[in-house]
Amino acid sequence: MISTPLTPLSPTGFTQLPDSHGRFGRFGGKYVPETLMPALAELETAYYLYRSHPDFVAELQQLLRDYVGRATPLYFAERLTHYYQRPDGTGPQIYLKREDLNHTGAHKINNALGQVLLAKRMGKQRIIAETGAGQHGVATATVCARFGLDCVIYMGIHDMERQALNVFRMRLMGARVHPVEAGTGTLKDATSEAIRDWVTNVETTHYILGSVAGPHPYPMIVRDFQAVIGKETRQQCLEKWGGLPDILLACVGGGSNAMGLFHEFIEEPTVRLIGIEAAGEGVMTHKHAATLTLGRIGVLHGAMSYLLQDNHGQVLEAHSISAGLDYPGVGPEHSYLKDAGRAEYYSITDDQALAALQQLSQLEGIIPALETSHGIAYLETLCPTLADGTKVVINCSGRGDKDVQAVSQRLQLY
Amino acid sequence: MTSISHCFTTLRQQGQCALIPFITAGDPDMETTAAALQALDANGADIIEVGVPYSDPLADGPVIQAAATRALQKGVQLDQVLAVIQSVRAQVKAPIVLFTYYNPILNRGIDTFVNQATMAGVQGLVVPDLPLEEMDVLLKPATAAGLEVVLLVAPTSSSHRIAAIARQSQGFIYLVSVTGVTGVRSQIQNRVKDLLSEIRHMTQKPIGVGFGISDPEQARQVKQWGADAVIVGSALVKRLATGSPSEGLQSTIDLCRQLKQALINSGEDLP
Repeated sequence: MISTPLTPLSPTGFTQLPDSHGRFGRFGGKYVPETLMPALAELETAYYLYRSHPDFVAELQQLLRDYVGRATPLYFAERLTHYYQRPDGTGPQIYLKREDLNHTGAHKINNALGQVLLAKRMGKQRIIAETGAGQHGVATATVCARFGLDCVIYMGIHDMERQALNVFRMRLMGARVHPVEAGTGTLKDATSEAIRDWVTNVETTHYILGSVAGPHPYPMIVRDFQAVIGKETRQQCLEKWGGLPDILLACVGGGSNAMGLFHEFIEEPTVRLIGIEAAGEGVMTHKHAATLTLGRIGVLHGAMSYLLQDNHGQVLEAHSISAGLDYPGVGPEHSYLKDAGRAEYYSITDDQALAALQQLSQLEGIIPALETSHGIAYLETLCPTLADGTKVVINCSGRGDKDVQAVSQRLQLY
Repeated sequence: MTSISHCFTTLRQQGQCALIPFITAGDPDMETTAAALQALDANGADIIEVGVPYSDPLADGPVIQAAATRALQKGVQLDQVLAVIQSVRAQVKAPIVLFTYYNPILNRGIDTFVNQATMAGVQGLVVPDLPLEEMDVLLKPATAAGLEVVLLVAPTSSSHRIAAIARQSQGFIYLVSVTGVTGVRSQIQNRVKDLLSEIRHMTQKPIGVGFGISDPEQARQVKQWGADAVIVGSALVKRLATGSPSEGLQSTIDLCRQLKQALINSGEDLP
C-alpha cells in the first residue's frame, strides 16, 4: 500500500493526515467487511496514481471550469452585512462562497466529477451512490450521464418524499433511484444499502461516496476533491482584501462542504473554523443530528468517529428538517479537528434554519438549501461577538430550489 | 467447555465436516432462542453461531437484517444475548461463536466485553466489520480471555491477504462463499472450490464456508470441495421466524437434521 503524505509535512501537522492507516488521530480507519478491503486498496492506489497525473488533473480542471462553471464567486453579502451591523455601524463583513452556483446547484459535483474520472480510469462501468438531500445523487447522476456510465442511487423513502424534485432530476438523467425502506428511510439507511450493493458488485462497480465519511480512503479523497472550494477562497480573499479570512463557517452533516472550505486554511492559526450541525427540534429532544455536540465515539459506515448511539451501541436515528444533515455520524476528520481544538462545532434547530432561509432569500435574493441555512443561521449568534471588520466566509454550499416545496408546507407567506 | 479448535480436531479425527448453524438471538423471542440453541445442539450442530442484533448490519442481507430489526424492537441487546447463552450453556455441548458487529463491542469496552462473553460461555467471536487491519485491538484481549477470534476471507481477497488472514485467524478460517452479503443463493459458485484449495495450501487450520449455503445439496457440495465446516444462516433464520415459535423451531430442527445428514459420511446415520 502506498502511503505518500498528501501534502508536504508542516509544523502543526494537520494537513498531513490521514496517516497510512487512514487515521486522523484515533478517528477514521477501515471498518468494513473483508470483501471490500481489496477495493479500498485499489481505490487508494488509483487515487495516489492519478491525483497528480497531468492528464487527470487537466481533464478535471477543464471539466470543473467548462462543465461545472468554476471558479464560483466569493460574493460580498452587503445587505446581510448591513443587517448585522451594530447601531454604531460596526460589525463583521460577510461573504458567501457561492457553491450554489455550481452546475447541479451544490458543491457535491466537485467530488462526483473527481471520482467519476477515477472510476473511468479504474475501468468501472457501473456507479452507485447514496444520497440524502438528493444533491449528491443528482451530482452523481449528472456525471454518469456525462460519461455514459450505469448509475444506481440509493435514497431513503422518507427523503424521496421530501426531495421529490431531486428524485425526478436523477431519473431524468437516466439514473435508477433505489428506494430504501429500512430504518427511518433516510441517509444512514441509504448509505448502508449502498455499501451492501458495493459488497455484492465490488468487482464491476465504483461507489461514489458523497461525504468525507466512510472507510479510508474516502474521507481523504472527498476532502481533496472538495478542497478546490478553499483554494479558490484563499485566492479570492487575496484579491479582495489582500489577506486571509478571519472566520470560515459551514454546515456539517457528513461534513464535505465544511472540509472543502476548511482544508486550505487548517494550517493558518488565525483562521477560525466553525461547523454547524443540525439540532433538529432541539438538542434536548432526541430529535436532532448534532453528532459532534452530543455523540460518543463509535463506528458507522466504515469509520471511527463521533456517533449518535444508545447505551448499547446501537446507532440512533437522527432528525433534521434538512435531509442532507439528517445523519447520526460525521466525517472522522471533523471529530479529529474537534478533539484537537482546531475547529468549533455548534448546532442550529429546524426553526432557526427556516428563519435563515427566509432571511437570505429576502436580504440577498439568494434562496439557500436547508443544509446551508444552518450555517447562515449561526450568524445570529456569532455576529454580535465579532469585532468590526471581521471577515466571515460562509460556504453557501447549495441552492434551495430542491427545498422550496417542503419549505412551503412549513411557512405561511402572504 | 470445548474450544473451537478442539472441536475441529475431534471432527477431523472422525473425518467429519462440521455443521455450524447460525441464528439471530431474540428472533422470534428469547425463549425460542434458548430452545433453538439446545435443539440445534441435539440435532447435528457441531458449533453454533449466535448473531447479536445490530442496527446497521452492513454484511447482512434482508433475512438477517429483518431478524435483527425484530429482535431489537423486542429490546434484545448484548446483555440479553449473553444471558440466554449462559442459561443454556450447561445443556449445550457445541462451542458457541458470537457473531457481532464492532460498535456494540467498542461501546461496552473491549476488555469488559471479552470477559463477559467468556463468563457467559462463549468460545469464539466473528466480527464482520473488523478486518485484519483493524483486528489488533480485539485479538489480544480476546485471546487473553480465552476466546478464539475467527477471521473472514472473501472471494475478493488476494493471495497475500489470505495468507495473512489465515495466520491470524483462530479456531477456523471463515471463507465467505460469495462476493456479497449473507442470504440464500440458488447455487454456490465454483470459485469456492478454487479458494478452498488455495487456502488449504497455506494453512493447516480448518476452513468453514458460509454466506449463501441454504440446503443439503449445497452443503454436500461444499464438503466435497474440502471444507471442514459448513455455515448456514439465513435459511435457518428464515425458518425460525416463520409461523408460530414452535412451528418455526420444528422446521429449523428439520433443516438442521437434513444438513447434518448431508454432511455425515455415507453409510452412517444420525445418532
